Order: sequence, then structure tokens, then C-alpha cells
Amino acid sequence: MNLHGFGPQLLLGTLMTVRLALSAVSVGLVLGLLGATAKSSRHATLRLMGEGYTTIVRGIPELLMVLIVYFGSSTMIGAVLRQFGIDTYVELGPFLSGTVALGLTFGAYATEVFRGALLTVPRGQIEAAQSLGLGRWHCFHRIVLPQLWRIALPGLGNLFMVLLKDTALISVVGLDEIMRKAQIAVGDTREPFTFYGCAALIYLGLTVVTSGGLMALEHRANRGYRRARS
Amino acid sequence: MTHTSPPALEADNIHKRFGSLEVLKGISLTARDGEIISILGSSGSGKSTFLRCLNLLEAPHEGRIALGGEAFKLKRQKDGSLVAADSRQITRLRASMGFVFQSFNLWPHMTILENVIEAPVLVRKTPRKAAVAEAEALLEKVGIADKRNAYPGHLSGGQQQRAAIARTLAMQPRVLLFDEPTSALDPEMVAEVLNVINSLAEEGRTMLLVTHEMRFARNVSTRVLFLHDGRIEEEGTPDKVFDDPASPRCRQFMASHR
Repeated sequence: MNLHGFGPQLLLGTLMTVRLALSAVSVGLVLGLLGATAKSSRHATLRLMGEGYTTIVRGIPELLMVLIVYFGSSTMIGAVLRQFGIDTYVELGPFLSGTVALGLTFGAYATEVFRGALLTVPRGQIEAAQSLGLGRWHCFHRIVLPQLWRIALPGLGNLFMVLLKDTALISVVGLDEIMRKAQIAVGDTREPFTFYGCAALIYLGLTVVTSGGLMALEHRANRGYRRARS
Repeated sequence: MTHTSPPALEADNIHKRFGSLEVLKGISLTARDGEIISILGSSGSGKSTFLRCLNLLEAPHEGRIALGGEAFKLKRQKDGSLVAADSRQITRLRASMGFVFQSFNLWPHMTILENVIEAPVLVRKTPRKAAVAEAEALLEKVGIADKRNAYPGHLSGGQQQRAAIARTLAMQPRVLLFDEPTSALDPEMVAEVLNVINSLAEEGRTMLLVTHEMRFARNVSTRVLFLHDGRIEEEGTPDKVFDDPASPRCRQFMASHR
């Protein structure tokens, strides 16, 4: 396959895609945990906030979300700054916008995955922690969270695969990731099949690596459950 | 003999309802140091609920609880039940009240050793090395030292319950509460758990025991309570409650559980 010297560019694009996916998933996991906690809360206000978050984000197409965050953020930051008498133009930039947009989306879906997983941790185990004097944070962090992982991992893995490919959407705001690099190469060489095919192979390669990583994580999370009764 | 020190555990006039169903209608109990009190009664008599109210796993609607003379600070919720008002206090007091559950409730993602050292390291701030040494001694004592690195899912029910007892003992609780510790076990495993409880009794530990093991309760207890319909129906020495109860209901219960 002749890449007409665009090979290193595609490699840079791949690195950018991986960086974006990793930073978006970090934001998304935190949002997902917060969302699930809010939705499972005893307080109606928190439940409503969680509900609002997932409803809105899941109701907007990802592409639109990217555009709204990219163009909306500069308008919003500008408006806030004007309140303080600073008249200047600030924008998040493609990478941060992508992180926020994809992170918000991942978080909304992850909220439901985590919420389902929360329900599987038996009440008795939390009571055992309480009866031994573990505080709420220890109880969540040491008892609930590790078990949450085990249940949530397959679902989160799925979401991460989707996220990985949704990074292609950020090319519309000019982030130099795989998709955009491929488009540039196509424009230059007039060989769409070569470069879009190449991009497809790279995405496929990334998902294969991800699958491997997820299997290792699941294996680790399942310690103590193998050969387990019931 | 006079007691100058405050009782290990005091509960006064405990009430609890689930919706409109009143399951505890004013139960009081005082456990002196070294007393072993068995709580008997048919299912639905409120004995487990009462035990769970004592460390606020269940929120009572009325009553007062004190551990070693220190009263639990309680506040009333909207639904009328009482919960801990001071989270630091309740955490500290709970750490001094060991609770053994019917369903063991070991944490399945940790090994047996990790289960046992978790609370001492996190709550008591025991150095890890010391906690491990202590945990190994406890596992030895309950007879499952060889299972220290196994996960709960790989143990039999009897072994799990003994591990759960070791986990509770690791916090050096002042009082031990047993909530039907053998009810979830296959019959052949009941004895190994009762043996452990019996050895704790011989050490002079203060214990409250909700159980259906009548013969065991009679042998191990210093005092027996018989609960019926949310009230203490009969109370006294094992011999009196088992052989010569005043209440007809208690007599009937004893006759059907021989």
C-alpha cells in the first residue's frame, strides 16, 4: 500500500485519537459514577439532577453534542467573563471540546451501567462494613466500588468501544485525529479508498487492543469469583 | 455483688414498626460484662429486628441504647424513626459491637485475610503487619488458618461463618451480637460454628445470641429471653425459661422445640 508519505501523519492521528479517547473516558467514568450515585440517592433533588443529565445527553446526537460544546463553550465562557468585565474571546479548542462532549456522552450511558451494578451489591455486605465501623467513604471505596467494577466492566467496555469510534466526530471541529488526517491525505492524493481503508484498519486495530485490555481487566476483577458457588 | 461500672450494653424501651406493623413494642435489656443472653422466639417475634436495632442497622422508632454507659446520640427522621445523630460516634460505637450475620456477609472480592484486616487497618489504624499477625492468630483460633488466602466463594458455609466471626473479633469488640449465626448452614456445619461460639463464651465475652439452636442456647447462656409478638414474654435463667416458664406461650414454644 502506497501511503504517499502520509504514514507518519496517520500515526500522529492515531496517537491523538488514543489520547482523546483516554481523556474522555476518564471524564466519563467520573460523571457516570456521580450520575449513578445521584440517581440512587435518597434526595429527590439529586435524583432529578441525575435524571435530567441522562435524559438531555442521551437525547442529543453525538455530532450535535460536539458542535454545541465547541461553539457553545466559547459563547458561554465569553458571557461569564463579561460579567467580570473582561471582554475577550476564549475557546475550549478541539481537544478539550472533544473531551467534554464525549465525556458527557460516555458519562450519561455509564450512569445507567453503574446504577445497574450498584443494585447487585448485596445490602448485607454494606451492613457488615457498617457494623465494623467503616465510614461511608470507606464503605463505598473499599466494598462497593471494587464489586461495581466487576459487574460494570462488560457494559463499560462496550461504551468505550463506541467512544473510541465517536472520536472520529471531533474531526468536524478540526482535531487532528485519524479521521481528519485521512481526509487531508485523501484531498491531497485523490485516493479515498487507500486512506479511508487505512483509517478503518487503524480503528479496528485499536478496538482489538481494547478488547484484549478489557479481558485482562475482567480477569483481574473476577478474582475470587472463579469456581465460586452460586 | 454490686456493679459499679456501667453495664456493657443497655437497651431501653425499644420500639420499631415497619409501616403500620409494630414489630417491637418496647423491649428493654441490660447486659452486664460477661453475660451471655440468648434471645429465643418463633419467627416474626422480632428477635432479629431487636438485635439489628442495637447497632442501628435498623432504625428504631423509640428507645435508648447505651454501650458501656455511653448513650447513642439519636435524631428523629421525617418518618419518625431514630437514626444516628453523630456519624463519628455511631461509627466508633459500632466498631465496639461485633455483629455476626446469618448470611456471613463476607466481602467476596477480598481474601479471608483481607476481610479480617480490613476494619482494623482502616478504622483502628492498626499497622498492617500487626493486623495481619492478629488476623492469623484469630483464623487459627477459629480453625481456618489454612484458608487465609482463599476467597469467600471457595469456602463452605461453616468456614465462611467462622471467617466472619474472626473478622468481627479482629475489632476487639466489647459486645458480640449473633443474629442466627447457624440458620443458613447445612446441618453438618452447625457444630463447627457453635464450637467457636462456645469457646468465646468460655473466654467470658459478653454476647447476645439470637438462635434456634435450643440445646446450645440452654447450655451456653447465663440468661434467656423469650420474645413473643414484639414483647419480652419470659425472661430468666436457662433452667427456669426452659423447664418452668410462667407464660403459657413460652411453655408451648419450649414443648414444640424439644
